[in-house]
Amino acid sequence: MPVTRTVQAPLPRDAKISFPQFASYGIAMEHLVQRGLDMAFVMPPRMTRRTLEVGARYSPDSVCAPFKLNLGCFLECIELGADTLIQTGGTCRLGYYGELHEQILRDLGKDIRFVNFAACDFSNPKTFVDEFRQLKPDLNLKRFTAAAIQAVRMVNAIDEVDALIRRRIGFVGDPSLLDHIHGRWLEQLRHADGLKQIEQLRRSTIRTIEALPIDMPRHPIRVGIVGEFFTVMDPFSNHEIERELGRMGVLVERWMDISNCLYHYRGRKMLPRIKGYAHYDMGATAMGTIDAALRYAKAGFDGIIHVKSAGCTPEIDAIPALQNISADYRIPILYLSYDTQTSEAGLQTRLEAFYDMISMRKEAQQ
Amino acid sequence: MRIGIPRALYYYRYGALWKTFFSALGCEVILSPQTDRAILSQGSRYAIDESCLSAKIYLGHCAWLLDKCDFIFVPRMADLGRDKEFCLRFRAMPDVVFSTFRDEGVRIVSCDISMHKGKSEAAAFAELGKKLGFKKHQTLTAYLLAKQAEQQQAAAGARKLEAALAGPELKVLICGHAYNIYDRYVGQPVLDAIRNNHAVPIPADWMDRDEAWQAAADLTDTMPWMVNRELTGTAVLLKDRVDGIVLLSSFSCGPDSMTDEILTRRLKNIPILTMTLDGQDATAGMETRIESFIDILHLRKDGTVCL
Repeated sequence: MPVTRTVQAPLPRDAKISFPQFASYGIAMEHLVQRGLDMAFVMPPRMTRRTLEVGARYSPDSVCAPFKLNLGCFLECIELGADTLIQTGGTCRLGYYGELHEQILRDLGKDIRFVNFAACDFSNPKTFVDEFRQLKPDLNLKRFTAAAIQAVRMVNAIDEVDALIRRRIGFVGDPSLLDHIHGRWLEQLRHADGLKQIEQLRRSTIRTIEALPIDMPRHPIRVGIVGEFFTVMDPFSNHEIERELGRMGVLVERWMDISNCLYHYRGRKMLPRIKGYAHYDMGATAMGTIDAALRYAKAGFDGIIHVKSAGCTPEIDAIPALQNISADYRIPILYLSYDTQTSEAGLQTRLEAFYDMISMRKEAQQ
Repeated sequence: MRIGIPRALYYYRYGALWKTFFSALGCEVILSPQTDRAILSQGSRYAIDESCLSAKIYLGHCAWLLDKCDFIFVPRMADLGRDKEFCLRFRAMPDVVFSTFRDEGVRIVSCDISMHKGKSEAAAFAELGKKLGFKKHQTLTAYLLAKQAEQQQAAAGARKLEAALAGPELKVLICGHAYNIYDRYVGQPVLDAIRNNHAVPIPADWMDRDEAWQAAADLTDTMPWMVNRELTGTAVLLKDRVDGIVLLSSFSCGPDSMTDEILTRRLKNIPILTMTLDGQDATAGMETRIESFIDILHLRKDGTVCL
């Protein structure tokens, strides 16, 4: 039977908290838990094929892939000793993830505490604070707020560095050098303490990346990536599509990241911009997808790639609008749907074919 | 003025409200016919492959209406309050229909049902009436009449439910969206199969909506979708008064993919059959499953199989 949402029992001091892996943002979550709550955080292990297989085995068949990945992640975290799992809410199916995850884990006989933030409101941070207060009645608000601000800054910094790498990876002599810098940056950030250190690290990393010599043609092939929240941001979920495109020498742009989607999101400004293609907020990230696609189309990009997990309702409903944008601005769009069966080779073939097509088109135009 | 209403999705929930509203305003209501093979295949042609079956059927009905009316009525339905959300597809429907049929020159009239921002259903309909060029009092009268028609429909449902529950036959609760249950092409064959096996199918929407919605809290905590909550609550309330439950979902339905799982995991001591409608013509597989399910119900009830 359901766990009541209003009263959340306080966590014991030695709780080991974990949160499913999502791109590199685990660092910020770890910071919030360790510094803000003064509790232990179990960093989820890198997602692998196994994560997906374990998650899919215990999930309903037709649920979206992020649900299965999250579940696999939870199971791996439990193996590593986590006893308290956190799940957030959202406006799509994500809003019901937590309850079903908890039920499945309980039915598997896992003895864990499950903290579900489904009832919290992203537009009102106080609801989160209230929830944390229930988990830790002696919460030091000052300390928690400081940690939360640092976590937000970390997310912003991660997004900024990622965006820079995305634009350069196709044109540096040795992409593994960038990987090395990226890995070191995340490792250092993980141990950063205070806003000052985060800022210093961010600056020095950006300087290092910008100092790398790049060899970019005057008019590189530009591709904009749009799509569903989780799959578009998480490299494991989208089979490192940005790296693949980089390897082909493509300049990749992506609007969607946590900073843009949660902190800088201005839905009201978007609707007037996309009014020829949508009249209402379709929910979740669909509006952001259409807005970004339209911007790339107007900016004369060579192609757009729409990334989503199979069956993602809001993104499916954005596709008719994308098709119209594609027709109006004569810009090719590749629609990719990821499920638990997506094969590396099949994806590779489609990406290569898309690349060939847009590069030939570009040559013909010039 | 001719207003086209697609006989799909929430027509099966709010049809009485919509039809009465437009007729009371003096509009001619053009209702698309019952779903058939042609409408489904037309819908599948227009829809994105990955859409749910119900959305494909909806677009098929819109396609049928295209040249037969002045406006197609496609409301945007976001929510009716907290934990009363509709599937995101209903938020997107006006834009999906617009984008899909843009080149056909589709004309849509819509209204925005979203209580979250403090708007009421009455305000949404007032806005709709204004868009169509009617006076305020005309719209209000039409809305009140429409509300009455809706209540009458609900009362009829309650009567049917009591009658069905009182009978001696084997009773099967059909826990599914009304647009699946009542669709002649995809849902009705399932109900027919149940009847052919001498059992009584009970559509979940005969239950009082508010009562069902509240009862859902006994089983689920954070379920955000209103209709799925009602279905859950109906299952909770009728669990001991029926012999079995059929969870009827359309292929790749988003909310149902999770709520069916919760129901099968949490409802104890009642046989449950999960059935997914995929719009295929062949019914033999479905009939076999219904037949063996009913056999199980018979065995469970009186220890014999009715042959």
